[in-house]
Amino acid sequence: MTKLEATNDFVIRFANVNGSGSASANNLFAKAIFRMGIPVSPKNIFPSNIQGLPTWYEVRVSGDGYLGRRGGYDFIVAVNGQTMRKDYDDLLPGGYFLYDSTRPLPENYDRKDVTLIDIPLTEICNREISNPKLRLLLKNIVYVGALAYLLDIEFSVLTDSLKKQFAKKPKLAEPNIHALELGFNYARENHTESCCLKVKRSKKLSDHIIMDGNSATGLGAIYGGATVAGWYPITPSTSVVEAFSKFANKYRQDDKGRVKAAVIQAEDELAALGIAMGACWNGARGFTATSGPGISLMNEFLGLAYFAEIPVVLIDVQRTGPSTGMPTRTQQSDLFISAYASHGDTKHILLFPHDPEECFTMTANSFDLADQLQTPIIIMSDLDLGMNDHVCSPPQWDDNLQYNRGKVLNEKQLEEIKGNWGRYHDIDGDGICYRTIPGTHPEYGSYFTRGSSHDQKAAYTEDSDKYVESMVRLEKKWLTAKKYVPAPVVQIHDKKSPWGIIFFGTSTYSAHEAMDRLTEKNIRVNSLRLRALPFHDEVGEFIDKHETVFVIEQNRDGQMRKILINEGDFDPHKLISVLNYDGLPITAGQICKQIEEALEAMSPPAKKAVQGGTK
Amino acid sequence: MTYRRPTFRHPNLPKNDLGYTKRDYEGGISTLCAGCGHDSISNAIIQACYEMALEPHKVAKMSGIGCSSKTPAYFLGKSHGFNSVHGRMPSIATGANLANRDLTYIGVSGDGDTASIGMGQFAHVIRRNIDMTYIVMNNGCYGLTKGQDSATADRGSKSKKGAPNPFESIDLCELAIQLGAGFVARSFSGDKQQLVPLLKAALAHKGFSLIDVISPCVTFNNPDTSTKSYQYVRDHSEATATFDFIPLRMEITTTYDKGTTTPITMHDGSIINLYKSDDSVDVTSRRAAIDALEEHREQNQILTGILYISEEMRDTHEILQTCDTPLNTLTEEDLCPGSTTLAAIVDQYR
Ligand SMILES: Cc1ncc(C[n+]2csc(CCOP(=O)(O)OP(=O)(O)O)c2C)c(N)n1
Ligand code: SF4
Ligand SMILES: [Mg+2]
Repeated sequence: MTKLEATNDFVIRFANVNGSGSASANNLFAKAIFRMGIPVSPKNIFPSNIQGLPTWYEVRVSGDGYLGRRGGYDFIVAVNGQTMRKDYDDLLPGGYFLYDSTRPLPENYDRKDVTLIDIPLTEICNREISNPKLRLLLKNIVYVGALAYLLDIEFSVLTDSLKKQFAKKPKLAEPNIHALELGFNYARENHTESCCLKVKRSKKLSDHIIMDGNSATGLGAIYGGATVAGWYPITPSTSVVEAFSKFANKYRQDDKGRVKAAVIQAEDELAALGIAMGACWNGARGFTATSGPGISLMNEFLGLAYFAEIPVVLIDVQRTGPSTGMPTRTQQSDLFISAYASHGDTKHILLFPHDPEECFTMTANSFDLADQLQTPIIIMSDLDLGMNDHVCSPPQWDDNLQYNRGKVLNEKQLEEIKGNWGRYHDIDGDGICYRTIPGTHPEYGSYFTRGSSHDQKAAYTEDSDKYVESMVRLEKKWLTAKKYVPAPVVQIHDKKSPWGIIFFGTSTYSAHEAMDRLTEKNIRVNSLRLRALPFHDEVGEFIDKHETVFVIEQNRDGQMRKILINEGDFDPHKLISVLNYDGLPITAGQICKQIEEALEAMSPPAKKAVQGGTK
Repeated sequence: MTYRRPTFRHPNLPKNDLGYTKRDYEGGISTLCAGCGHDSISNAIIQACYEMALEPHKVAKMSGIGCSSKTPAYFLGKSHGFNSVHGRMPSIATGANLANRDLTYIGVSGDGDTASIGMGQFAHVIRRNIDMTYIVMNNGCYGLTKGQDSATADRGSKSKKGAPNPFESIDLCELAIQLGAGFVARSFSGDKQQLVPLLKAALAHKGFSLIDVISPCVTFNNPDTSTKSYQYVRDHSEATATFDFIPLRMEITTTYDKGTTTPITMHDGSIINLYKSDDSVDVTSRRAAIDALEEHREQNQILTGILYISEEMRDTHEILQTCDTPLNTLTEEDLCPGSTTLAAIVDQYR
C-alpha cells in the first residue's frame, strides 16, 4: 500500500455527533493551521438538528492557496459510531483512519489500502480526567493533540490559541492543554512515523484573517450606518443579525448606555422587511437578512419597495431549495426569485460577494447604493460563505468616507424651492427623483407613498400615459444603476482564447483553481467574476469576445446563465452551464470535468480552436 | 385621482395654539361613497389633531389597503403618509417609529386589513407596544372588494347580500387587551362627541393605543339586519364611564363632582378624568375590562368608550433601550466606529 504523502496539501474530515462539543476542538485545529501561515478552508457539513445527528467538519489545507472544496478526504477522524462505516468506506485509498480504539474495530473493517490510527480516546479520558462533564468535551481536544503529533502542528500554536481563547478564564485553559498533551503523547508513543501528511509553517498568509461571511456582513451593516434591523430566524442567515446586534451593543452605545440601533425579531419575514422599509422610508438605514423561504414571503413588499422607490437592504444567505430543501446545505439558487421578486414588471439590484471581506465592503456600501438608487439592494450570500470560516484579506475602512444619502431634500432646500417639487419627478434625467423625509418642513415636502399607480406628484392615477411614464422611468433608473454597482472582475489570460468562464460568489474559489488546472492541460480560459446585477457593459463585451462562455453556478437550472440571456440578449448557444447543486460547494474537479467534456463534445472547428489557443 | 381642495382660507377661521386653522389639518377630497362612516372618522381625526395643536408635519400616517386605508389621503395633507400593502401597515409603522421616535404615528386600517390578512402583524405590533395610535375603521365587511363578510362581522349578522354570517367574530378590542395594549377604546363613526376626545386621549397615550371605530359601509353593509349598521349600533350601544380629556396645556376644570372621578395622568402630562357611575366598568383592570366586553356581548350590547387604560407600560424604545436621539438623524460620527476600531475587530479573527 502506498500511503498518501503530502505537505500542506490534504483534506481532513472530522466525523462527529452534533452537539457533542466537537465544534470548538475542530476550530482549534483549523485555526492552528491558519496561524502557521498555511491557507486553510474549513467547512461545516451539519444536519438540521440540535443534538444527536451526524455532523462533519472538513478542512482543506492548501499551501497553494486553493480555498474551494476539493472533494474526497485523505484523513478521517472517525468519532461518530453512527457514520463510522461510511466514513471508513469513503476514505481515499492511501488515507488515514483515526478512531477511538477503546472499543475494537469490527472485523469487517478490512480495507488494505488505509492506515489505521487507533487512539483509545474514551479510555484515556476516563483514566486521566476526573470531571465527568469535562471528559466528554475534552475527548475532542485529545484527538487534536494526537493530530498535532501526526501532522506536525506546532504545539505552541495550539497552546497559545487555548490561552487566548480562555484569556478571561485561565483555569479552563489548563485541562484543555493537558488533554492536548495526552493525545500528543499517546500518538508519539504508539504511532511514530505512521502519518505522511504533514503541515509546515508557510509565508503564504500574512495580513489575512479567517472569518465567517455572516459576521463580516453584520459588521459591514454597522460600518454602513444601519440603525434598524427587522429579522426572523432562519438558517443560514440568523448569524448576520446576531453579529449586527453584538457589534451594535459594543460599538454603538451612547454615554447613557443606550444603543444607537434597534433590532426587532419580527413575527415573520413579511414583517421583517416591512420594518426595514418603514425605517428607510423614514430616513434611517434599515435592513433585514433571510434565506430562500423568507425571500418567497417578502415578494409583495419587494414589489412595493420597487414601485414606491423605497431604499432598503436585504441580505439573502442562500441555502438549498426548493421549499425547505436542505436547510443546512449551500446553493446559489435564489437568483430568479431575487432578481424578479414580486408581481408585475419588477427587477432588483443584486450584489454577489465572494468572500467575507467583500461581504463587509458590499454590505457597508449597499446602504449608499440603496439611498442613491432608492430601491432594494439584495446581497446574495450563501450558506458556505455565511456560515463557514474563510481566509481573506482584512476589511479596510476609509475614515474620510461620508455616507451618500442620495437625493434627499432638506428643510433649507424645500424652503428655497417653496415646495415646488414632485416626489416622482425626474428632473435630473437619470431616472432618480428627489425624496423627502417626514418631519422635515412644516409646509413643504409632504407626500403620500403608495404602491398604487402614481403621478409625478405622488398622487393616485389611473391615467395610462402617466403609468407608462413611471414604468419607463424605472427602466431608466435600472440603466443608471449599472454605473453605480460594483464592476465585474475580468482576467484575460490569453487574448486569443475562444473560451471564457463566468462565475460569482462562492464559486470563485473553485473557479480559480479550475483555471489553473485547465492551464496545466493547455486549456487557457479567460474569466469574469460577476459582482452585480444589472450587468455592466463589460459583461457583454466579455461574452462577445469569446466563442464559448461557461457559466459556473450552484443551482440546477443555470439561473445566472438564463438571467444573462434575459438581460443581455446573448446568444444562448454561446453560454454553457457548469453546475453543481448537490448542496455542497462546487469543486474545481467538477468544473474542469464539465468544461473538458463540453469541449470534447464540441464540433471539430471549435475543437481545433482548443488546440489553436494552447500552442 | 386625488382631488385637491381650494386653498382659499377664510381670514377669521379660529386658530389653535400653533396658529393653525382646522383647514390646515385637512387633506384631499374623499373619493369614498357618500355617507361612508370612514369619512366621519377622517373628520374626527382632523378635529382631534387640530384641537391638540399637533404640528401636522410631525405626524406620519400609515395604512394598509382598503377603503379605510385610503383615508390618510383625506386628512392631514401636510403630513407624510404611507399607504402600504394589505395587512402589513403595522410592520411599516414599526420601522418608521424605530427610525424616528419623535413623530406621532397614526395607523389606519380596516377590519379586513387587521382581523384577517393582517392579524399576525396586528398582534405583534401590540406585543411590542409601538408608540402609535391604531385606528380600525370597522364595517364588518370588505368594502373595497364589494362587501364580503369580514372576520369582525358578528355571527348571524346579515349584510346587503342577505345571508347570515355563519362564523364567529373577532373582537379586536378584547384581543388587544389580552395582548397587552395600554389603551383600548371602541367608538362609533356616528358619535363625534365621543370619538374626538377618545382620539385625543389615544394620541396622548405613550405606547400602543387601539381605537376600534364601528364605521358603517353604506353601500354593502348597512341594512338593519347588520350589527355594523347605523341603526343597529345606535340602538345597541352603551358607553363605559364618560370621561374628560384634559390636554397638557389646559387648566383642569372638570365638570364632574369631586370623588366621583378618577384622574389618570398620561405620559405627556395630560389628564383623563374618568367619571364613574355605580355600575361602571373599572377600565384600569384588564380582567374587568374583558369581563365587561363579554357581558355586553352576551346581552347583544356594544360597549363603547375607553375599555382599558394603563399608563404603566414601556414602549418599544424603552424596551430596546435605544438612544434618545432619533436614529434617522444620526451621522457617520455617531454610527461608524472608524478604521482603528475596525483594525482591532478584525485582529480578533487572526
Ligand atoms: C394581498 C392582497 N389580497 C387581496 C387584496 C384585495 N383587497 C383589497 S381591499 C380588501 C379588503 C379590505 O377590507 P377592509 O380592510 O375591511 O377595508 P374596507 O374597504 O372595508 O374599509 C381586499 C381583500 C389586496 N389588495 N391584496
Ligand atoms: S364601499 Fe363601503 S367602505 Fe367603501 S367607501 Fe363605500 S361605503 Fe365606504
Ligand atoms: Mg372593512
